[in-house]
Amino acid sequence: MEIVCPAGTPAALRAAVKAGAHTIYCGFADETNARNFPGLNFDRAEMREGVAFAHAHGAKVLVAINTFPRAGSEHIWHSAVADAGAAQADAVILADAGLLDYAARHHPDLRRHLSVQAAAANADVINFYAKSFGIKRVVLPRVLSVAEIAEINAETDIETEVFVFGGLCVMAEGRCSLSSYATGKSPNMNGVCSPASHVEYVDTNGKLEARLGGYAIHRVGQGEPAPYPTLCKGCFSAGDKTGYLFEDPVSLNAEQLIPQLAKAGVTALKIEGRQRSRSYVAQVVRNFRAAVDALEAGRAMPQGMMARLSEGQAETTGAYKKTWR
Amino acid sequence: MELTVGTNQFFWKSDQWASLYDELATAPVDRVVLGELVCSKRLPFYQDRIEGAISTLVDAGKQVSLTSLALVTLKRERKMTAELAEIGVDIEVNDLTALAYLPENMPFSVGPLVNVYNESTLAWLAGLGATRISLPPELPLASIKVLTAAANDLGVAIEVWGFGRIPLAMSGRCYHARLHGRTKINCQFACEDDPDGLQVRTLEDQPFLAMNGVQTLSDSYACVAHQIEALKDAGVSSLRLSPQSTGFVQLSRLFRQHIDGALDAATLAAKARELGSDVRLSDGFLSGARGADWSGDAPAA
Amino acid sequence: MSQAALCIPILPPAISRAVQVLPLLPLSLSLTAYSRRVAKNHPSLFRRLGDYGHARFILDPTDLPFVIYLEPNGGAPRVTVRRRSVTADGEARIAGPLAALLGLVHGAYDGDALFFSRDLVVEGDTAAALALRNAVDDAELDLAEEIGGMSGPLAKPLHRLIGFIEGRTGVFLSRPEEVAPW
Repeated sequence: MEIVCPAGTPAALRAAVKAGAHTIYCGFADETNARNFPGLNFDRAEMREGVAFAHAHGAKVLVAINTFPRAGSEHIWHSAVADAGAAQADAVILADAGLLDYAARHHPDLRRHLSVQAAAANADVINFYAKSFGIKRVVLPRVLSVAEIAEINAETDIETEVFVFGGLCVMAEGRCSLSSYATGKSPNMNGVCSPASHVEYVDTNGKLEARLGGYAIHRVGQGEPAPYPTLCKGCFSAGDKTGYLFEDPVSLNAEQLIPQLAKAGVTALKIEGRQRSRSYVAQVVRNFRAAVDALEAGRAMPQGMMARLSEGQAETTGAYKKTWR
Repeated sequence: MELTVGTNQFFWKSDQWASLYDELATAPVDRVVLGELVCSKRLPFYQDRIEGAISTLVDAGKQVSLTSLALVTLKRERKMTAELAEIGVDIEVNDLTALAYLPENMPFSVGPLVNVYNESTLAWLAGLGATRISLPPELPLASIKVLTAAANDLGVAIEVWGFGRIPLAMSGRCYHARLHGRTKINCQFACEDDPDGLQVRTLEDQPFLAMNGVQTLSDSYACVAHQIEALKDAGVSSLRLSPQSTGFVQLSRLFRQHIDGALDAATLAAKARELGSDVRLSDGFLSGARGADWSGDAPAA
Repeated sequence: MSQAALCIPILPPAISRAVQVLPLLPLSLSLTAYSRRVAKNHPSLFRRLGDYGHARFILDPTDLPFVIYLEPNGGAPRVTVRRRSVTADGEARIAGPLAALLGLVHGAYDGDALFFSRDLVVEGDTAAALALRNAVDDAELDLAEEIGGMSGPLAKPLHRLIGFIEGRTGVFLSRPEEVAPW
């Protein structure tokens, strides 16, 4: 199976390639991609150099252009697609139907992947995207169980890519406005969720309180793990209950499910985390590469390796197991 | 400017569900969208009332659309979505999955849960047969203006979220079930006790969101009272009002009066607040720094 | 699934006391000279800072008696070292044991992981801190190598500081080739 790794910087790209990534995904340093964070991403020259470096080492580069172009400013996204092509990227990862249509018309030879942000959650809509825009691969939304992924693969010829490690969206991706409701900045429009610019940490009576857009998202005591104040992983009250009503501050680790995902017909395993450091990327890639190599050699999966890297140091297999719902 | 009644997003008892549409027959609204948007498990409870509701509304001269499900994953949901096209009324597409089943050249509407953010997506949908697009509630006024201009050129009508708790997210997970310590499969329909959604508060007891099964909404009720003129100028053809369990027909009358210039924005906002209980308003997605903001005189959400 | 916590070494009080006697003005001047050298060798670091290229960062090694004020100043950086008792404002404060801060610079640790485990504390403008961390991570800095390349009177206080700390295990003074601290 193909390991698809994040790179927020050229240094992370090189680290991932050296650590054994088959494929790297990254984005331009602007609002055209869903990790539009301060200090991250690639300018045009860095993208060209990054692709050349990866190709020289036998790895591929996918360019994520997976926000929804702003009305009146679509040219920014159009030039991102053109520049990804010019940089010799192996594919672009797109979410917006209009942008897919544009890419299919103007850059027919540039391979198109359907981003997780399109939340294409069944075989019929995936085949419809394939028919309409000639997509070759779909990144499946994190709402599906392994059985459902197998069903999808049985009914489509389009390659499937699934997330196996890192941050976990609880909501169907690309269809969530929680962040813009609280901060004015959204994943769909600005490429950010719960942006750092709207985060405030306050130390009160030994408790660390995290606020987002002025809303208290959670408090942790001295020495407790501190999750990032992502809205859907906040601590809230409803009725007479208080707690993590949407999702606990956990991150996804489907390492042990790799054999099942392979059996379900999945082509590529994706690691989340373009905002993480080059050391994190290298570490995670090395572990997952070892896991797929073990699978292909018929050996047992290596046992749990990376809890420390996880958010809040707790993990979940997410929607892959039906009970998550 | 017309008024459209959006799909009821919540889970109501079938009698309450049906009586909404009986009442709407005499309400000053032009169009009604009905059907199940949020959770396919709810549909069997009122499915046999849909036909009656459609006839009542059509007899009353209303345009009627049936919504598609917002997130289609299961086989039964795919079947349910495919069958929509056979019913013979206009379909409001709320997940692109529905497009896979529509016969070519069959006109359709596009609902607020489809990501129409720019002219290319709008043109692509128009090319497939979209005649009406209800824009995502997150869009700012600047985008609405550009899209409305593009839509007018293509003969597509543009609708904007006018009033009601804002749909913010869909999930594979049911939060009502989770709150009650159940799984989605064995949810026991925990959401039916909250006909307007269940308020979610922050640790400081500040009202923030509302849960509705697999859907998350805003706590605040979006209200475009203060933007009517800007929306009219932009060429928006219709406002969408989202059903609530109390005073909804009265709400539609207030909006009609406001659009016709017979009721000022502040009074509309004040009266709209009184129709529900514990209602906060917002219009920040249109013109504020963030969705939760309110440009009126009352305290923000 | 759990795992032994990442163990960030904390400098013993003896080191902290010894460092206390260092004259801070020469240290500030030499760190400024050092940061200009980094600026010259890594111009992209300052481009990555974007809007925060003129912010003031407070780097607070909690096991040392002083804090470091870093002003990228659009590519002509300035570094000021002050006693912890002297307070001044900055856009963002990043605090943690010296080993954590240096490990971050050298790519030995992941910033998010240090944050989740509370080994690193961020205050003030979180976006500014994030920009700095990401820019530094991309620059693949090697502190010891760059300091080693410095000569003249401004290098002396730095060599003296290194002399205090060197030999203590676990403090990443250089960029490790292969890191697996967790």
